[in-house]
Amino acid sequence: MEHLISLFIKSVFVENILLAFFLGMCSFLAVSKRVETAIGLGFAVIFVLTITVPTNWAIHAFLLAPGALSWAGLPEVDLSFLGFISYIAVIAAMVQLVEMFLDKYSPSLYASLGIFLPLIAVNCAILGSSLFMVEREYNLSESVVFGLGSGTGFALAIIAMSAIREKIRYSNIPMGLRGLGITMLITGLMAIAFMSFSGIAL
Amino acid sequence: MNILSAKNMKFVKDPLMDNNPISVQVLGICSALAVTVQMKTAVVMSLAVIFVLSSSSLIISLIRNKLPSQIRIIVELAIIASLVILVDQILKAYLYDISKQLSVFVGLIITNCIVLGRAEAFALQQKPFASWLDGIGNALGYSMFLLAVAFGRELLGSGTLFGYHIIPESFYAAGYQNMGLMVLAPGAFILLGLIIWLQRAVTGTVSE
Repeated sequence: MEHLISLFIKSVFVENILLAFFLGMCSFLAVSKRVETAIGLGFAVIFVLTITVPTNWAIHAFLLAPGALSWAGLPEVDLSFLGFISYIAVIAAMVQLVEMFLDKYSPSLYASLGIFLPLIAVNCAILGSSLFMVEREYNLSESVVFGLGSGTGFALAIIAMSAIREKIRYSNIPMGLRGLGITMLITGLMAIAFMSFSGIAL
Repeated sequence: MNILSAKNMKFVKDPLMDNNPISVQVLGICSALAVTVQMKTAVVMSLAVIFVLSSSSLIISLIRNKLPSQIRIIVELAIIASLVILVDQILKAYLYDISKQLSVFVGLIITNCIVLGRAEAFALQQKPFASWLDGIGNALGYSMFLLAVAFGRELLGSGTLFGYHIIPESFYAAGYQNMGLMVLAPGAFILLGLIIWLQRAVTGTVSE
């Protein structure tokens, strides 16, 4: 149990998927202009990550890993080269399923997530988490916790960023630095702040 | 058709400065930062992106009239993913060490917004040769930023370029130290911010 909590803390703060591994920067920069939209995207990412990482874990463990097909009597088959294309297909399909499910059972949540759900399919943070899960050889419970933790870390970073960007709207910034430039500098400072968590180990 | 006509050259030149994918269109920043601790990984990553982006634009442009628009995204993703698998297998076979250092970031070329963005915005409407040039131009514009950031990070962070020591020993003896921050994530963000500032000051692009 402790090591799951420690993995959660690590993936939220110490190894924040956005500020330490640069994943999901595109949507982070595009959608961090207002706090409400940032909250919407943040929760959509938490939701999708918590579902797709364990699903891709199952695909990897039972179909693609070397020797994974031994339950089907094919212990020598190694399909791991098909990883990328299967994971992205799973992610696209899961996002579509989640969208239809929410549309039917929770229209209010569906309306508030709006355009962000389909966009998430091509968010690097989602595919990146699945690839990290494979590379670090997590088991089922670890991959659920890792998905939840990465999503929470992303949501935390994008909500904090959007709050800062709302504040700096009235600042007098040099011409060339406006927009993307100043956002990158602020992200750098935020990354330094998150690095101060790196001493934490449970 | 003249291959080096002004119109064709424009497809290549435009994304380098005035319409750069990273600093102006704000696409594909994710992978631009992660692989830039060393020049070596940045060069390999640039070559991989040039190959994937130009080939995917060419292929998608070739089938653009046969492609039903409802399923185009999944078809584009499948084409891009297949090309990335090809690059990944080649790297694993011939450059195993670098492939280990790049770790998940080769796979992440699939979700690199530049690749899908150019497919959607350009290759679906244009002729194959123009799309191929546009792919090369955008990949070069991306590589330019990648190499600039990697140059700064490796020189300031480790005092080396391509693994060779550049900063003379006498500097260290005089009290010069490598900047540890540059090797870590914040250094990349801050350096990219400064490079974008410089680039926008030169081209005069103003956002918002």
